[in-house]
Amino acid sequence: MTYPDSSQGPVEGSAAVPPRFRIQAPGVESTGVGARRELGLEAVFEARDVSVSYGAKKALGGVSLRIPRSRITALIGPSGCGKTTFLRSLNRMNDSVPSFRIDGQILYHGHDMYAGNVDQVEVRRRIGMVFQKPNPFPKSIYDNIAWAPRNLGMKAGLDERVEKALRGAALWDEVKDRLKDSALGLSGGQQQRLCIARAIAIEPDVLLLDEPASALDPIATKSIEELMHSLKGRFTIVIVTHNMQQAARVADQTAFFSLDSSAGDPCGTLIEFDDTETIFTRPADPRTRDYVTGRFG
Amino acid sequence: MSARRKQFDRLGDGLLYGICLVASLLSVAIIVWIAYQVTKEAMPSISKFGLGFLTSQEWQPNFNVFGAGSLIYGTAVSSAMALVLGAPIAISIGLYLSLLAPAGVRGIVAPLVELLAAIPSVILGFWGILILAPFVHEHIEPWLHDTLGFIPLFGPPQTTGASVFTAGLILTIMVIPIIASISRDLFLAVPRDVQDGASALGATRWEVVRGVVLPSTTSGVVAASLLGLGRALGEAIAVTQVIGAGSEIHTSLFETGDTLASRIANQFNGAVTELHQPSLYYLGVILLVIGLVSNLLAQWIGRRFDYRRFSK
Amino acid sequence: MSGPVPDPAAPLTPSGNLRRRQIFSRVAESGATVAAIIAVAVLGIVIYTVVSRGAAAISFDFLFTGTPTGIGPAIVGTGLIVAVATAIAMPLGILVAIYLTEFAGSRMAGPIRLALDLMNGLPSIIIGLFVFGILVNHRHQSGFAGSVALAIIELPLIARGTQEVLLLVPGSMREAADALGVSRWRSVLGVILPSALGGIVTATVLAVARAAGETAPLIIVDSIFDGKSVSLNPFEVVPNIPVTIFTLSEEANPEGFTRAWGSGLVLVSFILFASLGARALLARSKRKMPT
Repeated sequence: MTYPDSSQGPVEGSAAVPPRFRIQAPGVESTGVGARRELGLEAVFEARDVSVSYGAKKALGGVSLRIPRSRITALIGPSGCGKTTFLRSLNRMNDSVPSFRIDGQILYHGHDMYAGNVDQVEVRRRIGMVFQKPNPFPKSIYDNIAWAPRNLGMKAGLDERVEKALRGAALWDEVKDRLKDSALGLSGGQQQRLCIARAIAIEPDVLLLDEPASALDPIATKSIEELMHSLKGRFTIVIVTHNMQQAARVADQTAFFSLDSSAGDPCGTLIEFDDTETIFTRPADPRTRDYVTGRFG
Repeated sequence: MSARRKQFDRLGDGLLYGICLVASLLSVAIIVWIAYQVTKEAMPSISKFGLGFLTSQEWQPNFNVFGAGSLIYGTAVSSAMALVLGAPIAISIGLYLSLLAPAGVRGIVAPLVELLAAIPSVILGFWGILILAPFVHEHIEPWLHDTLGFIPLFGPPQTTGASVFTAGLILTIMVIPIIASISRDLFLAVPRDVQDGASALGATRWEVVRGVVLPSTTSGVVAASLLGLGRALGEAIAVTQVIGAGSEIHTSLFETGDTLASRIANQFNGAVTELHQPSLYYLGVILLVIGLVSNLLAQWIGRRFDYRRFSK
Repeated sequence: MSGPVPDPAAPLTPSGNLRRRQIFSRVAESGATVAAIIAVAVLGIVIYTVVSRGAAAISFDFLFTGTPTGIGPAIVGTGLIVAVATAIAMPLGILVAIYLTEFAGSRMAGPIRLALDLMNGLPSIIIGLFVFGILVNHRHQSGFAGSVALAIIELPLIARGTQEVLLLVPGSMREAADALGVSRWRSVLGVILPSALGGIVTATVLAVARAAGETAPLIIVDSIFDGKSVSLNPFEVVPNIPVTIFTLSEEANPEGFTRAWGSGLVLVSFILFASLGARALLARSKRKMPT
């Protein structure tokens, strides 16, 4: 099986609205002009009964899902139900929390992410993350983008790489004349797009976005959402969002998390995971229906 | 409230304000007075030798000829050595205590490093005479001379371990806790989210330190080092115990030497000739100026760091 | 070796130049750990030497008789000198701190804070020269001169420590006092100072620990004594521990060395006890402080 290069644009031959498939059946899509390649319905991530605890407190329990390639998957649900915890488990950012413990398995392209021989830094090289609050380095705009590629030995064509990343984040036109200026002088929305540019500059396989627009004003939020559509074909994207409408606008698949008190202390758990359209129009679980119709949450 | 009580209260307020003000003005006055007094006592020597005192290496109490040249040299060399050896070690300790050590280990090691600063200098100096100097003399100086002897700094070892080198080592030990604890606080203050951002880009721990933590704390670390330098410059007792009270400038670190502070401590009680005590005061003036400059420089650089924060 | 962009499906072991970078990072981490070990090791060696050699000297005679068998007068002397120094520095330090936190505008506060910082960084030998000039010159050495020198050393430490706790007192407490119509001096003395007491005591104890070990100023103003008998008059020369250690260390007398180690043990024990006590006090008062 060959894998499409993640740096290519949207898959050729697909219609403007990519066809949707149920996750259960990995398969080959045949387009009108014949199957050019197997569309990435392989799961990039497969979570098998994943639970996360911080010390004695169980934050997340019994999560099983498969996140498909080259799609946007949204994790929605009320606060405190483990969405961000789950997201951060996907690039091992939770490791820095001392009491963190994970049970179950998370497979990345079939490899157990928490196996003994896995290198955290390698994980993060392939699975990038953009945080809720923009966190640019106190360096110039250029150096913010160029820093990680330099570490990785990508010294050749650095200027082109920086430009490509900034274009990919729809920020190039606004900053192309002031690349040497400090990144801290940018507005909130610009800083967040800078962080996205920074993440895509090293050509990761996956982009994890933790409520990327929650700290931004509506106009900046809109620009981030538009950005996501354009990035979708190149990267697998997983986004945590509080904003249901955002998930409905942007995501191909949606996972609904909520608190489950059945086993004593409330603990986050995955309630339902399906195509976005299904989650928002014909959800299977009543709790999902209550949430998406605004009855709670 | 009765008028009488109100009057009493106003008096009380005024009195409190008054004595607090007096105490504060006294603090400022003390600094000024110190500078004045030391300069005044040094006047006989200042008027006799002028600025030539700073370069002359002659120190002959019996002939009333004095010069600070070799002492300024000794101060500079021993303090430089303390900074060159001590700052990197201290900064590393700061990194260890803030970013590397597990919480339990940190809780034990951090107080121990501060305890190092609490050891009185007379005890450290005494330990230097009896334990460190012989060890340096027997093991370190010969090895350094054998391997690096082509550098004039590492000449042949002398009769005892009392040398500028040993003094420099003692000063290194004194300088480390100061720089380490300030550095640790600086590194702890670097926001977590910027470090996380760097980690999330597939950077190793060292790369996060080199790329984010160190660049954003540079001014503060420099200021901390200057404060450490001030400590080294002013140390009198431990230095005088191990430096051997030499009067000449030698290029080799393994020879005896002397520093400004150490000479004052060493010779003050025996100063009988006419210009001896004023000349020691003159040394004090030089030391005062150097000390004040490095302290002010440290504060100025430290304040620049305060304003260069993470958000505009 | 794969190119800069790793194959996503490859195992999650280091790709590209990561192996080299990880080795470098681990070396750097080891270096930092070694640095910390060095510092702790030096501390351990020094303390061990002081304890092992000093213990041999400790005896009842050593602590309670004078030269040549013991350092009793020096112990008493240090206690006296430090007590007088603290009696001078503590009220002054607290008053300065009150001025800086309760009264001063930024125009006045700047120079005063600067003066305190300079005082803190001043070489103690210079302080000794100063006190010599004003109190000993043309007169004679005295324990009081030593106390004045130590007071100058203690003052900035007490002032800064007191300032820190005063700033921690919540504004709501001051507002409550104002709202009740309580006058300034009553609220400062009756409400604010008492709640900051723990921090003030801690700062004072730490300042005492620092002053007790200072030798340089005493060498200049209070060093010519024989230590045979206790002196309780601060206006004469008062025997003290730091100068005793220094004098013994400069003589080439092995028996004197043992007494020096013993004196060092006494001094270090006191400082250790005071520092740890202050830390414990600080932790306790932080727990009591309303946040």
